[in-house]
Amino acid sequence: MLYREAGDFKTTYVADSQTFPLKLDRIGFWVTLAVAWLVIPFVINDYWASSLLVPFLIYAIAAIGLNILTGYCGQVSLGTGGFMAVGAYACYKLMTSFPDVNIMIHIVLAGGITAMVGAAFGLPSLRIKGFYLAVATLAAQFFLVWLFNKVSWFYNYSASGQINAPERFVAGVAVTGPNTPAWAQYLICLFFVTICAVIARNLTRGTIGRSWMAIRDMDIAAEIIGVNPLKAKLTAFAVSSFFVGVAGALFFAVYLGAVEVGEAFGIQKSFLVLFMIIIGGLGSIFGSFAGAAFLVLLPVALKWLGVDVMGWPTDLVAHFQLVIVGALIMFFLIKEPHGLAQLWRLAKEKLRLWPFPY
Amino acid sequence: MKQNAVIDENTGYTTEDGRKIGGVMMDLRNITLRFGGVEAIKNISFDIREGEIRAIIGPNGAGKSSMLNVISGFYKPQEGEVYFRGEKRPPLKPYQVARQGVARTFQNIALFEGMSVLDNIMTGRMGHIKSNMLSQAIWAGKAQREENENREAVERIIDFLEIQAIRKTPVGRLPYGLKKRVELARALAAEPDLLLLDEPMAGMNVEEKEDMSRFILDVNDEFGTTTALIEHDMGVVMDLSDRVVVMDYGRKIGDGTPQEVRNNQEVIDAYLGVAHD
Repeated sequence: MLYREAGDFKTTYVADSQTFPLKLDRIGFWVTLAVAWLVIPFVINDYWASSLLVPFLIYAIAAIGLNILTGYCGQVSLGTGGFMAVGAYACYKLMTSFPDVNIMIHIVLAGGITAMVGAAFGLPSLRIKGFYLAVATLAAQFFLVWLFNKVSWFYNYSASGQINAPERFVAGVAVTGPNTPAWAQYLICLFFVTICAVIARNLTRGTIGRSWMAIRDMDIAAEIIGVNPLKAKLTAFAVSSFFVGVAGALFFAVYLGAVEVGEAFGIQKSFLVLFMIIIGGLGSIFGSFAGAAFLVLLPVALKWLGVDVMGWPTDLVAHFQLVIVGALIMFFLIKEPHGLAQLWRLAKEKLRLWPFPY
Repeated sequence: MKQNAVIDENTGYTTEDGRKIGGVMMDLRNITLRFGGVEAIKNISFDIREGEIRAIIGPNGAGKSSMLNVISGFYKPQEGEVYFRGEKRPPLKPYQVARQGVARTFQNIALFEGMSVLDNIMTGRMGHIKSNMLSQAIWAGKAQREENENREAVERIIDFLEIQAIRKTPVGRLPYGLKKRVELARALAAEPDLLLLDEPMAGMNVEEKEDMSRFILDVNDEFGTTTALIEHDMGVVMDLSDRVVVMDYGRKIGDGTPQEVRNNQEVIDAYLGVAHD
């Protein structure tokens, strides 16, 4: 009854092309944003930040990035972990080489460096498609991890081969290093999530997004009607890698603090982010958030249910988790390839007519 | 690029219904196209004049679609030259040809199924976008202005083709006839000088064919768009087109007004078959 578009008339093209055409959606969006910015920072504690909110926000950025490439432009990538590693190591090198520059700038620059690396690894996409491209990006994943292990310049010749985030401050508050308060960790991630989501949304609803989707849906027709495939594919790789790089930088500097590349940015990470966008919904910004929330929340929820409530041994619960994630992936691929975002969309469509479906 | 350079001094002619046809817009000279050992097009020359509706007909496998693919730059002929607006066209990529003002539809509908009708048609305006990615990312200034200008242009075409009601519908949900119309809209959105239609009426019933014919005539009439079309329905071809090229086995066997072509013995033989004795 409440959620409907009847009477919500658009009189300008600006109003018609806005992100949330329905008033209730707009209100919901601003309320969510207000809660995220004004309420959560005051109530957050270490547990919530480190086990749920911060990883959720960081994975959301990575998922938006991969969704631009795979969901919008149709180029399957298994190199997300590798590109996150590029962001992390770029951020580390920048932090240690230019300690006086603000960390926020370093994170953005790390994204920019990853964008260039991503565009370079995107070059094969001009020739190959589908599975073959996935294999090429898989090569990028293994090559990048190998590179960061092998070349000690990247980890400043440290004996352990790890990189450790030195303490850096934004407006006098530590945001990296061991003394970071939970709310600062949360806020810096939220800041980047907000900006990334807005940029991603603007790009995908405009010209460049259309050229990505045209390439995804029918690349030959797209080229014949005037889409430059080289530009569309490489910008998709670059923009996607930018987001993934920012996520990698945050993951290293703000969330983990110390990183060993094979462990933090291995192939599992690539698959995890890919699962997020499959479960969340390919070609949807909301789906990226939903998928990231789901896969971050699932292990925590299962652990709580299995270990704390049922009293099962931890390893049993961990195995169950693998089974459940696997089953869910299959379920979504078969039943709803557009993921949670599509379920949400359908629910909204039904809700518009409720309670009089005809 | 020079505009409107007319190579043919013998400028144009007037059609039966009084439309003025201009000079040569596209001139194809001695085009030969091979796929391995198969010669799909054998030494064909013909021209398309400004403002004209030009039909390419012929039995299946005659090389009509290949010809259209040569014009739109998707196939590169091994021999021969393409002159566009009096200038020899260098080997261009298909999207560059599109940006010169050549738009087309496809024999098997090639819409972007995952996008809405509006987005599909907006994609047709790709060549009119000048704003850079940064301005699109913040959705302000030039990008937004351009978006609205293009939306206005697209809405005119939506009005023109009477598809207002399905604007926001995902293309995947549309029936066949409407998809064909959306594809025409997408081609028109580019505001092309030369519109290529590959079997615009294939698989349609009589009413849909009549609608489509009316749209093609209206487009030509109102926007002055030069049109080249491939069609199998002879009634439609004879009614719509000003001049007709007939192809068979990759050769050109006839070229002229519908009346001339209809009386051409070679054309009759190709369509009805000849007794080999």
